[in-house]
Formats: sequence, C-alpha cells, structure tokens
Amino acid sequence: MPSFILVFIFVYVFIAYTIRVTLSANWKPAKQDFTMPHPWYNTYKTLINSGRFQSDVRNTFIFTVFFLLISVIAGLLLAIAVSNMNRSKVFFRNLFIMPYAVSFIVTGVVWRWIFNPISGVNLLFKYSGISSIYQHVFGSPLSPQWMTSASTVGNVNSLLEHIIPGGTFLQAQMGIPVAILPVIFAASWQLCGFAMAMFLAGLSSIPHELREAAAIDRASGFRYYRSIALPSLIPMGVTTLVILTSVSLKIFDLIYAMSGSGIAFSTDMPGIFVYESMYKALNYPLGAAASIFMLIAVCIVVLPYLLRFNKGSEE
Amino acid sequence: MSSQIGSVVGSSKRSKRVQFVLLCLFIPVFIIPFYIVLSASFKTSAGADVSTMWRLPSQWSTEGITKAWQALHSNFTNSVLMVVPAVVISSLIGSLNGFILSKYKFRFSNTLFTLMLVGMFIPYQTILIPMVKFLQYIHLYGTIPGLILVHVVYGIPITSLMFRNFYVSIPKALVEAASIDGAGLMKTFFRIIIPLSIPGFVVAGIFQFTNIWNDFLFGIVTIPNPANQPVTAALNNLSGTQTVDWNVLMAGSLIAALPTALIYLFLGRYYIQGLTAGSVK
Repeated sequence: MPSFILVFIFVYVFIAYTIRVTLSANWKPAKQDFTMPHPWYNTYKTLINSGRFQSDVRNTFIFTVFFLLISVIAGLLLAIAVSNMNRSKVFFRNLFIMPYAVSFIVTGVVWRWIFNPISGVNLLFKYSGISSIYQHVFGSPLSPQWMTSASTVGNVNSLLEHIIPGGTFLQAQMGIPVAILPVIFAASWQLCGFAMAMFLAGLSSIPHELREAAAIDRASGFRYYRSIALPSLIPMGVTTLVILTSVSLKIFDLIYAMSGSGIAFSTDMPGIFVYESMYKALNYPLGAAASIFMLIAVCIVVLPYLLRFNKGSEE
Repeated sequence: MSSQIGSVVGSSKRSKRVQFVLLCLFIPVFIIPFYIVLSASFKTSAGADVSTMWRLPSQWSTEGITKAWQALHSNFTNSVLMVVPAVVISSLIGSLNGFILSKYKFRFSNTLFTLMLVGMFIPYQTILIPMVKFLQYIHLYGTIPGLILVHVVYGIPITSLMFRNFYVSIPKALVEAASIDGAGLMKTFFRIIIPLSIPGFVVAGIFQFTNIWNDFLFGIVTIPNPANQPVTAALNNLSGTQTVDWNVLMAGSLIAALPTALIYLFLGRYYIQGLTAGSVK
C-alpha cells in the first residue's frame, strides 16, 4: 500500500530526522550542518536548564491536571444529566458540543477579550455589583488581571531540588501561575463537550436489561449510577482521558491566539516554545529538542493505550 | 414503555427537574462567546467599544462584516481550496485502507495499523523540520497543494481508523461472494464497498472538514506568505494588528468559524458520530 509507506515516511523517518537535528550544534535550513556539539547531548542540556522551558513543563503540568479534572468531571455530569432529559436532550447535547466544532484560533481570539482586564468578565463584575461588594470587604474593587497577571501562587522549588539531583538548576518558580487559569477555563469550555459526547455514547451502550433489573430491585438513582453506570463507563473514561491528555500536552493554537507566551512565560507551552524557537529565533536544534520532549510525553500516555488496542483486536 | 422504566431507575421526576435547571444554568456559559461574536459583528465601528461589549448593537450595521470580508476573503478562498481536495482524497484513501484492514487480515496487519495510528497522536511540532524540507524538495513549499498533501498524509491514520470501524459491520460474506464471482480487490472495493460506504463518507468527511478547516500550525509553517495562508492564520494575524476595529475582528472570527459552525448546526448528528467513531476502542 503506497499510502502506508507515505504515512510511515512522514511519521517515523521524519521523527528520526528531527532527532538527528537535535544532535547537531547548528543546523539551519539554509546550511544543513550536522556537526555534533560537545557533549553530544548539549542541546538537551541547554533546553533543560532554560528557564523558559522549565516554565513550559510547569505550565503543561498545571494545565493538564486542572484541564482534565474540569473537562472530564463536567463532561461526565453533563452526560448524565443530558441522558436523563427527554425533549431537551438533543438541544443540550448539541449546545455543549458546539464549541468543539469551532477553531481554537477563533475561540482564543474571543476569550482573549472576555478575559481582558478592561472588558469582558470584569465589566460583568462591575455591572452586577459583585465588584463593589468585594470593595466593601477587601478595600479594592474586584478586577482580576487574568492572563496579564504576573503572580505565581506557591513555590515548591526547594522541595523539587531536594528530590531531583543536580543542585539548584530551577530558574522558574514552580507554582501555579495565575495567568494560566483563564486559559484552562477556555480549554475546558471547548473540550468538555467532547468528554460529554464520549460518556453519552458509553451511557447509551449500557444494556437495557441492566436498567430494568435495577428498576425491579428498586435501586435508587444514585445507587444505579454508582453500581452500574459508572463502572461500565470506565473503558470510555480511559479513552477520553488518553485523548484529552494528548490534546493538552500538544496544546498550541488556543494559547497562541488567547494569551501567547504571557508575562514571564506564565502561559507559555512547549508547542509555542518549539514554534518560536524554530521560526522566530531560528534555533532549530533547540526547538527540535523541545519537540522530542513533547513526543515522549505524548507516547508515555498514548502507547500503552494503543498497544492494548492492538492486543485486543488480535483476539 | 422502556423509557418509562429508564426514568424510574435513572432519576425520579423531581431529580430530573433539578437536573434540567442545572443544565439551563450552563446555557449562558456556553453561549457567551457566540453572543459576543454575533453582537459585535453587527455593530458599527463607532459603536463597537470593548467597554460596552455586553450590549446588543444600538445601531445594526454590516460594516464590520464587510470590512472583515475584505480583509479575509482571499484567505477564506485559500481555506476552501485546501479543505475540499484534502477531505476528498484523505477520505478515499482512508476508506480503501479501512476496507483492506478490516477484511483482509494478513500477517502483522494489526501491528502495521497500530504503528500507523501513532501518526494520529504525535505532536506535529516533531515533524515540521523534515516536512518543510520535503515540501521544498518536491517544489510544493509555500503552496496550497503542499498544504493539501500534508493534510492528506496526516489525515490517513484517522480516516483509516474510522472506515475500519465502519466496515467491521459489513458482512464478510459479501466480500467473499464478490471474490467468488471473480472480482478482484479493487473491483470489489469500487463496485460493492464504496456504494455501501456513503454514511461512512459523510461521517469521516465532516470530521476531516472540521479538523482541516480549523488547522493553524500546518498553515503557518508550510506557507510563510500571509496572502496564501488559510483563514485561521489570517484571523490570528488580524487579531495581532493593533489598529483593527473590535467589530471587524469579531466579524472576522464569525467568518472563520462559520463553515464549521454551519456544518455542525445542520449535520451535527454525523459530526457527533465521528467524534466517537474516531476514538480507538
């Protein structure tokens, strides 16, 4: 099959080429110099010691944890509630999945303005009186800086440097950057409909006999969900988690359009790092090395899942 | 009758009403960005100020949409020229692959398929350097056909998966009957399988249309010249321009979102099928 061969070249040969670029000191498209640096892993060393990339790792971790929690829990609850509706079922289902059909660039541009300190949500705080109540209690009006906030909550640097050998190599403050919270919200808004669609498909595949049996046993709604529905949703839940984690590790468009790298890289992500290293700073080996980290992270999540699928389909 | 039993188990009447109210509370959260885009698109430049972004237009006008269309129409055309061939070709190849993978088991066919599925998950940042080099080598760098090629190749894993799952439900006896009648693989595929695959093409086609239309990374990397880029890239450029009016930017968002939103509104059922069909189960 020629198309198989093409896909293999575009995936595996291309990845091998990129790895080779990371092992060069100064590869450029115009001057393809494959001379290795000394030591050969020098690009990776530079990358790990860069404060920007450390921020990216931190941001990816925070983003992934919160994004998965919010979108999976919201998706599950919405799926349960939507599946219980009769006439309004299709309306709610279509409404909640709608954002997923729209480009991340479009939603990024719009959310950028909704979370702009001078407009959007802050105007709602003002109109609704929440801001003045807040001012009454805390002395200043409620007007968060959202993505332009420079603060980072918490600091586990000393703890991390204890655990990871190599002394004081952390350049970035390891905590929760406040600026990333609106971005997490926007991503969850856009993708919880996908999680809901997956759980809805899972719920509708529960055999009807099980529901009837539960009815005959006079099981309560809560017991039904705890003992029958949730356990049978686990395979679908795993699939959803794997797909959403891979989306989160690769997130690029939404953040590029919504906040960019942010103040002190507070909303920077590896995807943006790779793009800007290659096409803005023209440091191809460094960008390529960061992309290999992205690939490894995605593979850790996706490969076990794909291998299980491979085994499953051979039976 | 069965739905009555379902309603007894799933939730009582009262708890259903509570769930309905809770769902209604989510409506504003999901509608807000759409409301902002639509209301701002119909404001005049003078009336479009971010300090009054929540208000409906005081004076309805299509000025923003006209200006946004002037700025984006050629990129919109680029997107159309890119997405239509890319969807058709990647769906056709995907259906052929899916057919072979589901009906002709050969040694390592599952391993081969799994290796191909990896291509669906990789971060595309990892392949940008050799991809650009390859496109330059075949003289398609910076062109729409180059972008189509990239979308086709990286679309093959997902379309093959969708069609493979689709063809599992087609009886093997049908394929065997055709081969007894002397039809070869290609003849069986074009005469028997393709006509049966219309629903599969609708689902995979809509799914791929949305994916490719919404792409941004491939668009900006394979085409450096802004005039030849797809509409998502142009919208991002517009958004980065300091002087652009707020109503024009929102109308631009509307234009960039409209094709996929319309497809979703009218063919949402197939799109949702695609969402779950495209997951490895």
